[in-house]
This record gives sequence, C-alpha cells and structure tokens, in this order.
Amino acid sequence: MSEKNVVTAIHDALHDEMAADDRIVVLGEDVGARGGVFRVTLGFFDEFGEARVIDTPLAESGIIGVAIGMALHGLLPIAEIEFADFIHPAFDQIVSEAARMRYRTNGDFGVPLVIRVPWGGGIHGALYHSQSIEAFYAHVPGLKVVVPSTPYDAVGMLRSAIRDPDPVMFLEHKKTYRLVKGEVPEEPFEVPIGPADVKREGTDLTAIAYGMMMHLCLEAAARLHKEEGISVEVIDVRTLAPLDTATILSSVRKTGKAIVVYEDNRSFGAGAEIVASIAEEAMLDLDAPVVRIGGPDVPAMPFSTPLEHAFLPDADLIHDRMLELARF
Amino acid sequence: LPYYRDLGVVLVAGMTPEEVFLGLFAKASDPTSAGRQMPAHWGSRRLGIMSHSSPIGTQIPHAAGIAYAVKYRAEDAVVACWFGEGATSEGDWHEGLNFAGIHELPVIFVCENNHYAISVTQSKQMAVEDVASRAEGYGFPGVVVDGNDPISCYAAMKTAVERARAGAGPTLIEAKTYRFQPHTSDDDDRSYRSREEVDEAKRHDPIIRFGAELKRLGIAEDAGLETLAAEVKADVDAQIDAAWNAPDPDPDTLLRHVFAEDA
Repeated sequence: MSEKNVVTAIHDALHDEMAADDRIVVLGEDVGARGGVFRVTLGFFDEFGEARVIDTPLAESGIIGVAIGMALHGLLPIAEIEFADFIHPAFDQIVSEAARMRYRTNGDFGVPLVIRVPWGGGIHGALYHSQSIEAFYAHVPGLKVVVPSTPYDAVGMLRSAIRDPDPVMFLEHKKTYRLVKGEVPEEPFEVPIGPADVKREGTDLTAIAYGMMMHLCLEAAARLHKEEGISVEVIDVRTLAPLDTATILSSVRKTGKAIVVYEDNRSFGAGAEIVASIAEEAMLDLDAPVVRIGGPDVPAMPFSTPLEHAFLPDADLIHDRMLELARF
Repeated sequence: LPYYRDLGVVLVAGMTPEEVFLGLFAKASDPTSAGRQMPAHWGSRRLGIMSHSSPIGTQIPHAAGIAYAVKYRAEDAVVACWFGEGATSEGDWHEGLNFAGIHELPVIFVCENNHYAISVTQSKQMAVEDVASRAEGYGFPGVVVDGNDPISCYAAMKTAVERARAGAGPTLIEAKTYRFQPHTSDDDDRSYRSREEVDEAKRHDPIIRFGAELKRLGIAEDAGLETLAAEVKADVDAQIDAAWNAPDPDPDTLLRHVFAEDA
C-alpha cells in the first residue's frame, strides 16, 4: 500500500499496464514530450517511445477516429481528450462509430477503446475548462461511462476499462486529481465496471453522487453525524452506464430518503435518471420526496470566483439539504 | 474500407451477390449486420471489409488508425479507403489524411469523384478542379485517373500499393467518374441535372468501354461477352432468389450485441 493522489495513481497504473502489454498505445494532444497537460503520461514518451505515446494533431474527432481504427486492428488505444470541454468535435466518432460498431455488425467487430477525459469544475477553469459531459454519453447504448473519484477506484477501473472489449469513457474529475488522496495496493487489482460503491454506511438517508460531489457528500455526512447524530449513507455511483440501480434502490429502501447530487446542469442530467429509477422502483419505500441538487441550467461555469461558487453545489448546501431531508 | 457506392469493391473483396442481397432484403443471415444496417453499408471481418455508417467521411480516420496498427505491428498489409468527392468536405477527411501523412502510413485514399453529392455539384463543394490536388497539403502524392477506365484505375492502384508496401506512405487517387442513377430510389435527379448530361455520361460507361477495349485487343468477341453477361445474370438471379427466400431476423435479436456477449 502507498498513499497517492488521483493523478499519480492513474499515471502509475497506466504506466504498469503499458509496460505489461505492448498493444496499448496512448494518443492525444501533448501526451508525448510534455507528458500531458495534467502529467498523466509523464515520462512515457522516453520510456515507451513515440510509436506508443503519440502526440496527435490538434483534432479531437481525428484522435477518436484514428483510435477506433487502431482498436479495430488489434491495438488497445487509450485516447486522451485534453479537457472534456473539447470533446464535442468527436461526438460523431464516439456515438456513430465507437458505440454502434458492435451492434451494427451483429457482433462481428468491436472497439476496445478507452477515452480518458478530465472533466468537472471548481478549478477556475471558466466556461471551457469546467464542463460536465457524462450525460451526453451515458445516454448512448454501446458506451460504458465511468466516473471514479478515489485513487483506488481510478486505478481499479482503469485496469477494467483497458480489459473491456467495448468502448469506455473514463471520466476523471480534475478537482480530485491532486486534492483527493488514498491508499492504493502495489499489486494489480481491478474494480469492475458497473457496481456502485457504498462509501459510507448510514441509516437515516441515502446520498447518491459521483465525482467531486461524492466527496462533498462525504464531508457533509461527517458533519451531520458529528453535529446532529444523523446517519447518512453515501453511494458513489462510480459507473453511470451501465447504472447500478440495485445498489441505489437497496439503500433507498433501507433509509426511505434519497438525495442525488451532481454538478452537471440539473436538467436531463445523470441525476435525473437516478431519480427516475427511484421513482419507478422505490416510490412506496420513500418517507420523503427525493431531493435533487444539480448545477444551474446556465451554459457553463463562469471564471469569476463568486460566479463559480454560485454555480457549484458546495458541502454547506449539501449539508443543509440533507438536514432538511432528515427532518422531513 | 468501402463506402455505400462500392458494390464493386465488396464483390472484388469476396462478398457474393447472395450476401449482398441478404443485406438488401435485411435477412437474418446478412453477413454485414444480420439485417440491421440499411442496404449498401457492407462489412465483414472475414473478408477484411470494415463496417461503415451513414454519416459521411467517418471511415477516413479509421483507415488511418488501421494503417497505423498495420505499421506498428509490422504487417505486410495495405489499407484502402473509398469515398466520394462530397466526403472531402468533411473535417474527418482532413483529419484522417493529415494523420496518415504525418506518420507515412500504408494507406490509399480513393476518391470516386462522380461530381454530385446527392444534388450538390463539385463547384459548390470545393474551389479546386481536382480533389487530388489536396494531397499536397498532407505531404503525399495525389493522382487523377479516368475512373471509367479499369486499366488506368488498376495501374494507379498498383503504384499506390507498391508505394505503401515500400514504406513510402499514402497516396490519394481521384477517379473521375459519373453516377448514372439518382442518389437513391427516393431521389429525383431531374431536379438538378439534365437528361442530356446523363445520356452523355452513359456513353462512357466503363463496362461498355472495357468490353470494347477487350474486343479491340482481340481478347474477347461480341458472342463471348454476351454469353458472359447472360451467365452472370442467371447466376445473380438465382442468388437473389435464394436471398429473398432466406428467413427474416427474429425480433428477439433486437437487444443483442450492444456489448460483447462473452464478456
């Protein structure tokens, strides 16, 4: 075991995977000599060479399209999109091609592709370095969308994503990169794509979140326990597609109360799907209406500090809404 | 990597007329997709025909990626990728050729320039005379050939394959041709081109021209060509009947193959 932050954990796991399997190549903008803008591929260029660590032209659709071709011919490409906000030109390649390849060929072709995408706000990234993109892709059958938020989960799920025969959107919350630390075993391990994880057990209400919001839920839950004696169960969704509704519903049936927290624009976000599942399957087990906290429906997160804070749900807000829900 | 005009490419690659019609009739045994894709969207791992979709030009970066894998794995293979002149307006076309040029990949880009993207003429698609001239921007040769002359096409392709095999990188071949039919059965091409133009183009039909050339060279005679055409027609008719009588897909297959099933 050793304590690592999220970005170091991903770097080390990716390094070990590349060292063990020469079918793995990484490609993206600045992933070579620069080691990636977040240093996830630091040192890879010198160790694995330019054929495996590919600085691509500045063209996101081309990055994903080329990676799909590589995946169709025996390689295991890991494409890095520099910031989630820049992924939109690649939407067609991801949705029309990677996601639909297996279905449209009746299983004849598959695309074992991992797309690493740093996402999320709270880092003064302004309109175009703060976006949440998970809902666009979680809506598309044929794609798996994972959102690990701890070093352990990031490592384990990256290993699973690389071994997955289908395309995986591997979303890394930028704010967790250096802020969140945790123990990571030295020996290889996998965290399966799919199952959610109960990060904190509780009995009074269930908080369901992912990414940085999951950590804020843990913070709020700890305060509520200490100050009010309220017991909050926190579920880290970890995988948005396929969504582990069983774990969510089981917890909600136990506590009878649910709060869903996400920083994406509230409307039509991943939280809406989670709330819908609870409404469909666990309505009669609820003791209170489900609470949904999301980012406001404005086009993106502004640069100004007060405006950024106004956009993002924080631990105080989550704490207060949890308290209201517990007292309902 | 053919596109939807490339019936000839997939037949040469080994797909049978029956298999083509199994796709056209959306039958369960359609080797392309078991009745999922609309007609003319062929694919087959067995035959090395990569699957393609309906959005235009998305297969171009795939060709570059496959060629990258071929080079990375040091295989003696060459990738060929077909598209129309309309596709050259897409960003993916530029991104794919650019990547292929940078890495000097073993890939051949073949533009079948039939002068119309559905109804839009080449002059509204680009400001240059020849698609081939764009190759200069990617650092590899672009050549123009008479797309209605099989021998010219063969020669250009042979040169390009040799160049790719030698590690010298991609080639862009522009084959100038014509689309005798409307875009689809739903298209009425009288709204955008004259009958005179179509009739004139048909005088250069490559099948008729090639037949005449074979006769000129003393390789074939009228009687032989007519017999051949009759045999081919009878064979294809029989294969169409077989495809027509094949079973439809079971509705229960709708939910299959979203993800790998043995995972």
